[in-house]
Amino acid sequence: MKKLLVVFSLIFAAPLAAQDLGSAPPPVEQVEVLEDQGGLTGSVTDTSDWQDLGIAIAGFAADRDQPTAANASGTAALGKELARVITADLRNNGLFKPTGPDGLPQPSFAQVTAPEWASWTNRSAEMLVHGYVKAGADGRLTVGCYLYDVALKSELVRQGWVVPARDWRRAAHKCADLVYSRLSGESPFFDSRIAYIAETGPKDNRTKRLAIMDSDGANHRFITTGRSTALTPRYSPDYRKLLYLSYVDGNPRIYVYDIGAGKQTLVTQSSNPTFAPRWSPDGRSILYSMAVAGNTDIYRVSADGGQSTRLTNAPGIDVGGSYSPDGSKIVFESDRSGSQQIYVMDADGSNQKRVSFFGGRAATPEWSPRGDQIAFTHIAGDFRIAVMNPGGGGLRFLTDSWQDEAPTWAPNGRIIQFFRTERNSGRTSLWQVDLTGRNERRLDTPADASDPAWGPILP
Amino acid sequence: MNRNLAIVVLLTSTAALAGCKTTAPEELPPQQATVTPAATPTPTPTTGGPVLGTQGHFVNAVNGQNIIYFDTDRYNIDSADAAALQMQAQYLMQNAAITVTIEGHADERGTRDYNLALGERRANSAKNYLVGLGVPANRIATVSYGKERPVALGSNAEAWAQNRRAVTVVIN
Repeated sequence: MKKLLVVFSLIFAAPLAAQDLGSAPPPVEQVEVLEDQGGLTGSVTDTSDWQDLGIAIAGFAADRDQPTAANASGTAALGKELARVITADLRNNGLFKPTGPDGLPQPSFAQVTAPEWASWTNRSAEMLVHGYVKAGADGRLTVGCYLYDVALKSELVRQGWVVPARDWRRAAHKCADLVYSRLSGESPFFDSRIAYIAETGPKDNRTKRLAIMDSDGANHRFITTGRSTALTPRYSPDYRKLLYLSYVDGNPRIYVYDIGAGKQTLVTQSSNPTFAPRWSPDGRSILYSMAVAGNTDIYRVSADGGQSTRLTNAPGIDVGGSYSPDGSKIVFESDRSGSQQIYVMDADGSNQKRVSFFGGRAATPEWSPRGDQIAFTHIAGDFRIAVMNPGGGGLRFLTDSWQDEAPTWAPNGRIIQFFRTERNSGRTSLWQVDLTGRNERRLDTPADASDPAWGPILP
Repeated sequence: MNRNLAIVVLLTSTAALAGCKTTAPEELPPQQATVTPAATPTPTPTTGGPVLGTQGHFVNAVNGQNIIYFDTDRYNIDSADAAALQMQAQYLMQNAAITVTIEGHADERGTRDYNLALGERRANSAKNYLVGLGVPANRIATVSYGKERPVALGSNAEAWAQNRRAVTVVIN
């Protein structure tokens, strides 16, 4: 008997020596915004439908061609690359009709602030983006971005940023965000990152690795080596930590991975399985689900550790949870009524109320960062991504496929990312769809991909 | 005291299955690949066959009934499950040094987090039944793999039926 107990304590004690972590990625650095350059606030001539708005994005001009760590060919070549990244951002989301720098005239440095209108008026582009790039003595880059209305021949907005050379793509995303926000009136979302699970191998023996990338798929990096299964990551609001599930000790457990330190800790010291981790909007609390003797409930713990608070106690599976943007409410999933349905409660666990009453099952609810919608997986035969308002009304389906699940919101609440599983093969991929449901596209990833989690706009 | 509790658990799980019909899969999935010929000093009761303390020995002894199956989103123990668990319990009672892990699994037609919870529920359902039959709870660990480890690879009702399972595995 004593021997048995020893055996079991060996099994249940989390052997934290076991690790599945690769080298740590560089921490996120703050982008410095240049002092106001006297930006203007003109009005846009074309107000009909900004989704069909033509935008010409010329290569960014360099004051002089300098060497830079960001591009082997120097700052002139980098200027073109910046414009290509901006074009891809604006195009890939079905929002505008952008034209890239290849095949467009290359403005000189002086023309960035004084466009040569004659060469832009006959290109079926209502809007024009110019910019510049300068390499500083410290190796950092200064990038300026200007948006012009071609018909009005006037500037709509401008901004500049100073970034480390390795973050040059972030300057392009900031420019795309500036253009997008100015023209659509919506909040920015391009300068953000996505954590997800990269999948390889046969269906009955998948290797699943935690990976991160920029919102456009660039700067891809694996966090775990794949020795043990990793699932369901979530970026902290400040991008300093990742919550995810790992089987590294043989059991499903949530870990808090500190990106800067390259180390991880258990979310709670318990021999029970923990899964479905979520951050509160302020990053101070973590929600997790824990099964005790087979019964799963939702718990909250401080991001600094300490005592957990149990938020649900219904017999049945209560799982997941997503905070409203103000942190006052939590939407979650429960099968207490007999099948998976969506419930809303106050952040302290009180006032639990079912909100989904439209037939079928409803799972994986995620509250929009704008607060006005809840995205979820609707299950009625097939799995589809749908949205509803927080009261449960206004159901709209955004996708129609065999198995789409796990929606995650873009930082501005206008686009939803999810993963799609292929019937039989089990192959998975990341997809994005906008709130109209009309613009759906697949995101390129180096391997199959699931469990996406979109982080907020970068600092 | 323990025994009373165990009976209550057993009665509860038996009551839960009333009126629920079994959907046994058409064919049984292949045996666990986790069988390792660990050299134990335990004397072998049989000649030539797998050694006591191995998964092979256990699976032979229970006639391959080390896996039980569940209906969609369910975790109750039906009559076929009960028969299999009774054989497992008998083996575990006779071999007091054996400890097991019950792995709970779900089919691919569920969302990931829910399936982890469901697998945990199924593993515990099987564990509670064994405990109800007298197997000490501290000899049974549980782990949920959700939909992460299917044995049948198709996307059809037969494959899903084989994947909704609880597998009893001997800890070496």
